Amino acid sequence: MTATLGSSTGLPTSDADPFDHAVLEDPLPLQAALREAGPMVHLSRYDVYAMARYAEVHAALVDWQEFQSGAGVGLSNFRFEKPWRPPSLLLEADPPKHDAPRRVLTSVLSPRALRRLRDRWIADAEVLVDEVLSAGTEFDAVPVLTSAFPLRVFPDAVGLPQEGRENLLPYGDHAFNAFGPDNDLVARGAPRVAELSGWVASVCRREALAPEGFGASIWAASDRGEITPEQAPLIVRSLLTAGVDTTVHGLSAVLYAFATHPGQWERLREQPSLARVAFDEAVRWESPVQTFFRTATTDVRVGDHVVPDGSKILMFLGAANRDPRRWDDPDSFDLSRDPSGHVGFGMGIHQCAGQHVARLESEALLTALARRVRSIELAGPTARHLNNTLRSWESIPLRLHVD
Amino acid sequence: MLGSRIDDDRGTATAGGHRKVPATPDVAELRVVRKTPVADGVLTLELAAPSGGRLRDWTPGAHVDLALPNGLTRQYSLCGDRWDPFTYRVGVLREPVGRGGSAFVHDELAVGDVVGVGGPRNNFPLVPSDSYLFVAGGIGITPLLPMVHQAELLGADWRLLYGGRRRASMAFLDDLAAYGDRVLVRPEEEFGLLDLAGFLGDPRPGVRLYSCGPAPLLAAMETVTAGWPRYALRTERFLAEERGAPVRTTPFEVELARTGVTVTVPPGVSVLDAVGEAGVEVLSSCRQGICGTCECGVLAGDPDHRDSLLDDEERAAGDTMYICVSRSRSDRLVLDL
Ligand code: HEM
Ligand code: FES
Repeated sequence: MTATLGSSTGLPTSDADPFDHAVLEDPLPLQAALREAGPMVHLSRYDVYAMARYAEVHAALVDWQEFQSGAGVGLSNFRFEKPWRPPSLLLEADPPKHDAPRRVLTSVLSPRALRRLRDRWIADAEVLVDEVLSAGTEFDAVPVLTSAFPLRVFPDAVGLPQEGRENLLPYGDHAFNAFGPDNDLVARGAPRVAELSGWVASVCRREALAPEGFGASIWAASDRGEITPEQAPLIVRSLLTAGVDTTVHGLSAVLYAFATHPGQWERLREQPSLARVAFDEAVRWESPVQTFFRTATTDVRVGDHVVPDGSKILMFLGAANRDPRRWDDPDSFDLSRDPSGHVGFGMGIHQCAGQHVARLESEALLTALARRVRSIELAGPTARHLNNTLRSWESIPLRLHVD
Repeated sequence: MLGSRIDDDRGTATAGGHRKVPATPDVAELRVVRKTPVADGVLTLELAAPSGGRLRDWTPGAHVDLALPNGLTRQYSLCGDRWDPFTYRVGVLREPVGRGGSAFVHDELAVGDVVGVGGPRNNFPLVPSDSYLFVAGGIGITPLLPMVHQAELLGADWRLLYGGRRRASMAFLDDLAAYGDRVLVRPEEEFGLLDLAGFLGDPRPGVRLYSCGPAPLLAAMETVTAGWPRYALRTERFLAEERGAPVRTTPFEVELARTGVTVTVPPGVSVLDAVGEAGVEVLSSCRQGICGTCECGVLAGDPDHRDSLLDDEERAAGDTMYICVSRSRSDRLVLDL
């Protein structure tokens, strides 16, 4: 890493670019440097502030009063810049406007609401794993398992039409790139934005959605007046933006973790109920969502320094999740650890509305795999997929040994 | 502000051993920091975390369950400022016929005392609209106070009709004076019964009606609004009922049915921590009864729900609980763990 750290006002400063390809390829050295530099660091390249320690990140995430999301959770400041799409009613909204959409979505995606999906998803995972294993035990896990499974269960659960589902991953990929600076990754997605956004808008309409599913439940809430009919399609859109790429990368993270930690796979085999802990440990360890911004609502004091009103602050969720001040041996993927309290799903009023969906998907897939697979190992070099916000894999070649 | 809180951040306190377990924030208790008479027979309590930390977030219409030192649990609507994360405010009417909850608050509860808390929960949320009509009867003003503030903030068109027996017994008139003629104060002694039909006018689509107060007022609202669209009217009964068994201050036992282990949970220790100490790892996240991660099936026993997630019906079903905050009313709970 070529970043130079300096300090003129006592506030450490760094000229590193967190969205540089080399950093996206391996963010850990920059994360460590920012954590060590202090509770808060100024990033001179973008004139933004950064937090990389657990205590500060956690405290700022829960403090919606001083660190708002309504001015955007990317680098772009909605106080001065026009967003690339109508802002999210959840992710990019503050109370009071955040209240009603949040209440509706958390109830649609609550653990109780997901109970009726549980058996079906577990059966679906078994079918997928059987199909995959009967075709061979050496394959690239990203297309075959970690993308295939969410794409098999989630669009159905939302109630999306079959046609156009291949647009989901590219749309999400662009949306998560767009939280970063206007770099080559954003430029790469730009040509398809209009087309993808058009498809997404078309399937968020009531007529396009199946009569049962998360989408229909959101529209039903608008019938009861809990949200307005204008809000309903944008809340469905939140599912499509935030609910696909994230779980694909979360599942990739947990499979990669097991492939590189064979002892942990044995533990899971012995005790399949560890599947839930395993997924959250992987979300902590890999942090599929690496960063989100906040904006200071006033001059906010952080330690000895002041973040001026309207400034952007970059929260390094991934760095917080490996802060040795909070976690023992943070770089190890370890099922005996209690990963509770990690900020991989965020924390506070914006904490991931889909976390129970993600956990259920992973529990289903891991349980199905643990039933049949004795060991997992890498079968070749892996490749990262670069994204300004997500930490993800393009390819994870695996070799499985079945019983 | 943030910095000073980070210095004593309890969430990062480290315990020994392999796991650095954050200290459970004292979300189960609140300290009375101010007690203020605001009208004849009405006082407000301001409550804060004993540690001085942030309280759980809430939205207008929400209430908390307060477990009073005399063993009674009462529900109170929050009527403070949600932008102040450190303080809750509730209004308490001295009820002549109550079973001792309100009398205890008025006569015994003192600044510095500690009460148990559950929630906040919201059965009476403010739904989005450009136009609201609010009708309050007596102490039913409390949940509506933050609602009118929010309606004002959002630039909605709104009006409040506020009835009570006598002007001197009607709370928050000073706060409401700031809204000018959006607020109609109509004490019965001066104006007679509330003219609901006149205030509401003809049914209009999109207008949301909110009412809180004694049962006769709510019944009258139902009748008067019969011609309004479905879901236009939202009401909350005066939160007066007192719940069954008193909250326990003694240890209880939790049997983990699948593991075959029984643990004792002393006061001040969460079920989550007690179970974890027995070697049964239950995933958690917020540790405040908000996120739903630590949900556990309940096979037997009577949970003391303290979360912000379950509604009354789900609580009554008694088949699930959030063990980061919820406890037990019975001597023994059997969990599906
Ligand atoms: C492993 C998978 C996932 C990860 C790592 C993840 C991560 C996150 C994070 C970090 C946030 C907080 C953003 C902030 O504080 O600004 C968030 C919010 C959100 N997530 Fe997820 N997520 C995942 C899966 C899902 C799924 C499956 C869905 C939908 C079913 C979903 C829907 C949402 C929504 C709607 C929000 C915005 C909530 C709000 O602002 O109130 N996520 N997610
Ligand atoms: S950990 Fe969030 S509800 Fe218990």
